[in-house]
Amino acid sequence: MVKVAHLIPLFPFLAFAVNIFFGRRLREASALISIIACGISAVLSLVVFQGLQAGEGSYSLGTWLFLNGKPLNFGVTVDALSVMMLLVVTVVATLIKIYSVGYMHGDLRYSRYFAYISLFTASMLGLVLADNFVMLYIFWEGVGLCSYLLIAFWFERPAAAKAGLKAFITTRIGDTGLLIGILLLLFSTQTLYFSELKNIAGDDWILTLAAILIFMGAVGKSAQFPLHVWLPDAMEGPTAVSALIHAATMVAAGVYLVARTYALFILHPLCLEIVALIGGISALLAASIATVNNDIKRVLAYSTISQLGLMMLGLGVGGYAAGTFHLMTHAFFKALLFLCAGSVIHSVHTQDIQKMGGLLSKMKVTGATFIIGTLAIAGVPPLSGFWSKDEILTAAWHNGSPVLFWLAVATSFLTAFYMARLIFLVLFGKPRSEMHPSESPKTMTVPLIILAVFAVFAGFIGSPLMHHAFQEFINEGHGGEVVASGFVIGLSIAVSLAGIGLAYLFYVLNNKIVPSGIRAQFAWLHQLLLNKYYIDEIYDAVFVRPCMRFCDFLFKFDAVVVDGLVNGAGAAVRAVSQVLRWVQTGLVQNYLLVQVLGVILFVLTLLGKLCFRF
Amino acid sequence: MFPLLSSLIFFPLVGALLILFLPKKNESLMKWVALAATGAVLVLSILLLTQFNYHNVQMQFVENAVWIPQINAWYFLGVDGLSVALVFLTALLGFIACVASWGIAQRVKEYFVLYLLLMTGMTGTFIALDLFLFYIFWEVVLIPMYFLIGIWGGPRREYAAIKFFLYTLAGSVLMLVAILVTYFTANPHTLNMVELAKVAPAFDFHLQVVLFLAFFVAFAIKVPVFPFHTWLPDAHVEAPTPISVLLAGVLLKMGGYGFFRICFPFFKDAAHYFALPLAVLGVIGIVYGACVAMAQTDFKKMIAYSSVSHMGFVMLGLASLSATGFNGALLEMFNHGVITGGMFLLVGVLYDRAHTRELSQFGGLSANLPVYAFFLTICSLASLGLPGLSGFVGELLSLVGGFGAFPRLTIVATFGLIITAGYFLYMLQRVLLGPLNLNCAKYSDMNGREIFTLVPLVVITVVVGIFPNTVLKFQAAAIQALVSSF
Repeated sequence: MVKVAHLIPLFPFLAFAVNIFFGRRLREASALISIIACGISAVLSLVVFQGLQAGEGSYSLGTWLFLNGKPLNFGVTVDALSVMMLLVVTVVATLIKIYSVGYMHGDLRYSRYFAYISLFTASMLGLVLADNFVMLYIFWEGVGLCSYLLIAFWFERPAAAKAGLKAFITTRIGDTGLLIGILLLLFSTQTLYFSELKNIAGDDWILTLAAILIFMGAVGKSAQFPLHVWLPDAMEGPTAVSALIHAATMVAAGVYLVARTYALFILHPLCLEIVALIGGISALLAASIATVNNDIKRVLAYSTISQLGLMMLGLGVGGYAAGTFHLMTHAFFKALLFLCAGSVIHSVHTQDIQKMGGLLSKMKVTGATFIIGTLAIAGVPPLSGFWSKDEILTAAWHNGSPVLFWLAVATSFLTAFYMARLIFLVLFGKPRSEMHPSESPKTMTVPLIILAVFAVFAGFIGSPLMHHAFQEFINEGHGGEVVASGFVIGLSIAVSLAGIGLAYLFYVLNNKIVPSGIRAQFAWLHQLLLNKYYIDEIYDAVFVRPCMRFCDFLFKFDAVVVDGLVNGAGAAVRAVSQVLRWVQTGLVQNYLLVQVLGVILFVLTLLGKLCFRF
Repeated sequence: MFPLLSSLIFFPLVGALLILFLPKKNESLMKWVALAATGAVLVLSILLLTQFNYHNVQMQFVENAVWIPQINAWYFLGVDGLSVALVFLTALLGFIACVASWGIAQRVKEYFVLYLLLMTGMTGTFIALDLFLFYIFWEVVLIPMYFLIGIWGGPRREYAAIKFFLYTLAGSVLMLVAILVTYFTANPHTLNMVELAKVAPAFDFHLQVVLFLAFFVAFAIKVPVFPFHTWLPDAHVEAPTPISVLLAGVLLKMGGYGFFRICFPFFKDAAHYFALPLAVLGVIGIVYGACVAMAQTDFKKMIAYSSVSHMGFVMLGLASLSATGFNGALLEMFNHGVITGGMFLLVGVLYDRAHTRELSQFGGLSANLPVYAFFLTICSLASLGLPGLSGFVGELLSLVGGFGAFPRLTIVATFGLIITAGYFLYMLQRVLLGPLNLNCAKYSDMNGREIFTLVPLVVITVVVGIFPNTVLKFQAAAIQALVSSF
């Protein structure tokens, strides 16, 4: 029954086609079409999951084109990794589309929204199912396009338009690396199929380079340092979009890519070290920025960068199952957190957490699920985040360098701190501005409750309580049991609680414990974090503006030098003809004179020759 | 047998003659005659596609008759995989641009006569297989183009028209000399291009180099290859919309086609010798064209420079001397014709409303011109090489081909992809997004005629993007045959 897998992206695509062409007539029905299509995909994903359990696998649909004489197929990958992704994407997408019915209610371009988000779902599912690099690249760019369209969805706002542009260009820088990596791989191994990667042997430096370049694509898409700058700005899009694309699914595509091509990365330790290090740096960098940011969505955006960094770190220290496990649990609790934030914004019409406070009593469902999501991401047992984060820490402890392990621990601590800070400022205390909050409609709260259930329980399938069933599944039967370390578990729980506790001291007991003198000494750090390490400013000064100046220079060069030569050639011809024109005086006397002189010259020459001969 | 190719050439000519005899006042009838002529050409070209056997690498639909026996010049026509898609492209854009010419108000008779003459020249260039005939069609294109820019163009039309004319003519003169030398060197003397493709590769290497260079300059100006490109932005900015469509869509392809039909198959040793410099020029074109496009404030000039960038991919694919690269180059030519043709139509739509092309004069058009926004977004995305749309496939194949031969250069070329995305999205941001510019508040969305001209182009862009074999199957066998002879 896995042969239905290629239909999974097809249904959302049809929903897109219907909505884009008939959207204005469909109005509210466009949401229904979109949700039903996604629901069908979710059911089909379950069918494929069953088929996979029964031992069925990948298949091909036909040839797309010939590349260097070899067929490049429309292939469909059906394995544990892709099926896991299918389930996560379809379930989360369906829930978020239901939520969007309430969240986007009354929007001017309601049907357009559902068209785009359906196209995104289709592309994302296509990406997951691709069985070769070119197909993956096609859908990879496809999700990037949808991301662009949805970030700039409220295009009347200049900030949204700019953010869309920034997201597309930044990720395209990564994608260009990916493309070069694909080319390198094609010419060094003669294959672009994922299934053949494990047959590659040896640690040729070209393969190492190819892996690093492919990772560059992942860095762009998963908003890892140094290409992370687009994700916080992407929060200009509707919050439901942030939840689906910029938290749960698309940004995880980078992690998915590394997992999918893992065979390439384990060829050389350098590749894995780079993955782990970039992940670790991104995790800590973003988490530290999140501790001071006051925009509810941006805190979550930095949190996403940080968590994706943890996944990369997990993969980089050899924790294939750990990284993918965290990808799954993160998809649920981060989607939940964003949707909670959306519910809050929908109710109070601001994103500034300094203006919020005390919302728990007015928005009970949102508040309760928000707290659940926070506990999950903070790694409080037995919620899902605890299990998956613990897997990563364990993998880092066993295989990674101490630096990586402590990077992960520090990130865990900061995560617990900034998330606790967020909910203390939003949900607890007294309102800090005049607000009229009320609970969101059922279409929004029901998805919250369902996602909260996932956030609580999804971790158990990878826990010792269920004999690491997830790891067994994702590793396809062989290996999976991780040797748990009491020290790591203890440390993990301790930093989580410490982070929450510190936030409690600061934001509930109102920071009287830290003397103002010490706080003043750290003002520079606060400024540095508030300004996101000035990375945007640095990029602007080092790359963007010089690039624009260079383009302007080339344009002048083109007009003055290149075109100048052309017009100069024309002018030269005219100048020469001006000289020659002087000969054509039009006076018969002159012509006669020249003629006579010519004859004399001719005769003299003739005479001279005659004389010479005799 | 029905002379399909001759009909393709002479239907527009007959139409032009008919229009000459029509009363001067009956302008709408002239338009309908022109539309009928170009429509007939389009139908015939579709017939050509359906009848074309793409497994056959020989010339098809051949028509051959003695023309000037004294110099052994023949009226020799035929198509193969290298030309058939370009013939269709010419017919399609010829028809669409004719529809887009509906708004021409001054000197209607002259316009359509010249327009149809141009069609004859363009189609003839792609199907002539006798060098002399080829040269005549090549030159026939010049004259109507000169007048179409010079009379119906913008404020600096005369400068642009003369520049276009002289620049191209300078190239043609070199080509004429090269044709003569080729003719006299071949033994027995022949102008038959199919024969020459067999004979010319045996020419002395130094002679090949000289002849290659002479043809190269003629074609490079037409493509245009950096640094021979500066006539293009001037010509485009001044030309009326339909003429820009043909200029970018078809005329540039004549240069690329010349490489495929003459330069590379005739002078194979020279092609090997010049592969690296050609690739360098191609890559410079890609990056340089993109950078200069980024600096533009004039919408049309930006698209003109984007053509320079895109044609760089054609050169890179050609220089790779590989089947993949050749396929990419030829496909990129077809795709560029369709996409950029659409882009120029869209620039025209906006210009008709705003009478300006300054990007700063627009903004937020998505709000009240949703249909326009839809088309402009799709064309821009196709142009910046978004996978799923046709532009990507040609670029990918060119890059794969180029990477096989010149890996480092090709890596430089990929930087062009980033800049290309940059200037197209920056343009979209300035035109479609942001708050509505009050100057644009009264613009109406695209009308039926304008939509009609864009729909076929967008459909082709999507179909070729998803199923590239629809075009590739026509050319693959011919290209395999060409490459295997290298």
